[in-house]
Amino acid sequence: MDRMDRNVVVPGDRLSDDPKKAGEGTYVMDGKVCSLLYGMASSYKDKVRVIPLAGKYVPSPGDTVIGTVQDIVFSNWIVNINSPYEGLLHISELPRKIEMNEMSKYLRIGSSVMIRVKDVDSTMKVELTLNDRRLGVLTRGRVAEISPTRVPRLIGKGGSMINMLKKELNCNIFVGQNGRIWVDGNDDDMDLALKTILIIEKEAHTTGLTDRIMEFLRTEKEARS
Amino acid sequence: MIGMDEKLSFFKNGLRLDGRRPDELRPIKIEVGVLARADGSCYMEMGDNKVMAAVYGPREVHPRHLQEATRAIVRYRYNMASFSVEERKRPGPDRRSNEVSKVSREALVPVVLTSYFPKSVVDVFVEVLQADAGTRTAGINAASVALADAGIPMKSLISSCAAGKVDGEIVLDPMKLEDNFGEADVPIAMTPNGDITLLQMDGRLTPEEFRRALELAKTGCQQIYEIQRKVLVDRYSSMDVPESCDESEGLVEEGI
Repeated sequence: MDRMDRNVVVPGDRLSDDPKKAGEGTYVMDGKVCSLLYGMASSYKDKVRVIPLAGKYVPSPGDTVIGTVQDIVFSNWIVNINSPYEGLLHISELPRKIEMNEMSKYLRIGSSVMIRVKDVDSTMKVELTLNDRRLGVLTRGRVAEISPTRVPRLIGKGGSMINMLKKELNCNIFVGQNGRIWVDGNDDDMDLALKTILIIEKEAHTTGLTDRIMEFLRTEKEARS
Repeated sequence: MIGMDEKLSFFKNGLRLDGRRPDELRPIKIEVGVLARADGSCYMEMGDNKVMAAVYGPREVHPRHLQEATRAIVRYRYNMASFSVEERKRPGPDRRSNEVSKVSREALVPVVLTSYFPKSVVDVFVEVLQADAGTRTAGINAASVALADAGIPMKSLISSCAAGKVDGEIVLDPMKLEDNFGEADVPIAMTPNGDITLLQMDGRLTPEEFRRALELAKTGCQQIYEIQRKVLVDRYSSMDVPESCDESEGLVEEGI
């Protein structure tokens, strides 16, 4: 049996007869665990879960994301976070105190920010914060966008993929949970980094990807030198 | 030459005008992910019907007043291209396409988990490029695949198919001739479990004929479901894995 074939499921596919095994991306009907999504099914901590192959980013508290400022309204910045819901950054969530009339000095419309989701309420009001040393305005580098569902693959198990990329490419890379990726390094390295990231996005569902990417980077670098 | 008293028939040697058996579907072709801008898309051919479905969302609702606080809304637009039928169709929504949009939306909504995305909208657009009877069923099939492709959470796919009556016989998936000159048309949509989400009828059927038509349409839906499922599964399974990926290596990583 083709092991990849076994893994791809469509909504409604029955995954297990044990309702206790219902994990992410599944639902229980008549005591059977069924898939909610079109994606890859796998076992995870004695649960069955389905990882989607496509979909939008839904913010949840604690996520670090990359956003762009869309608008400035009364003591809030409205930030696009690549999601159906826009984020709100209140003036008090900045690391230092600023006046309302100098809001656009610090963050202008169009600025990119590395930012954290502080809270999401039931009406999907998304509160953001910059109150962390690792967060802040992006002034250098480039931002790429991939499907948020492929983010776990880009990071890899325990960060294996992303650490390998950082090392091999000599770039500073940050992957936002919302599928936006910030890359900083010299121009050639950034070109290759973005190219690699797009390959990872395209082949996220295949196996043995980390090694294949390593191989790809080696040949690319040899070609360059 | 056809004699005056000779009755025109929809059957020849027990086969229909296009050579199908009475319980046979037209050939089906489905392609997934054909539009780059859409979040999910599907191109589908059912016989001579050609439809394109595009799904956008979940995304912000415009105009704002349509927004619902606790769930996503689903909008469905069925539209026929002016060149989709023999005589030019006047472009734009009309009474018929408004109705088809409404019933198609209601055929899909029962399986979509709208509560996962409050205050948002899922837009489904279905464009009929070529029509040959049964465009609403083709549209629903394509839209269901496109919704899955967009990663929208659903309880199951939806499959849709019609049965009709011509020359006193119940047939599956009537084509244009049979639809135009036949006695009845019963389009349905259902989940793979057999829950019906769309049921319409035009023409006349006895209760017994209606039951047979419904059963026949259900078998058609099941066949379509298998094709829909296969297309989605094959899309990622048949993708070429470069040769450097050897089997044993893959198995280890699968355990993640």
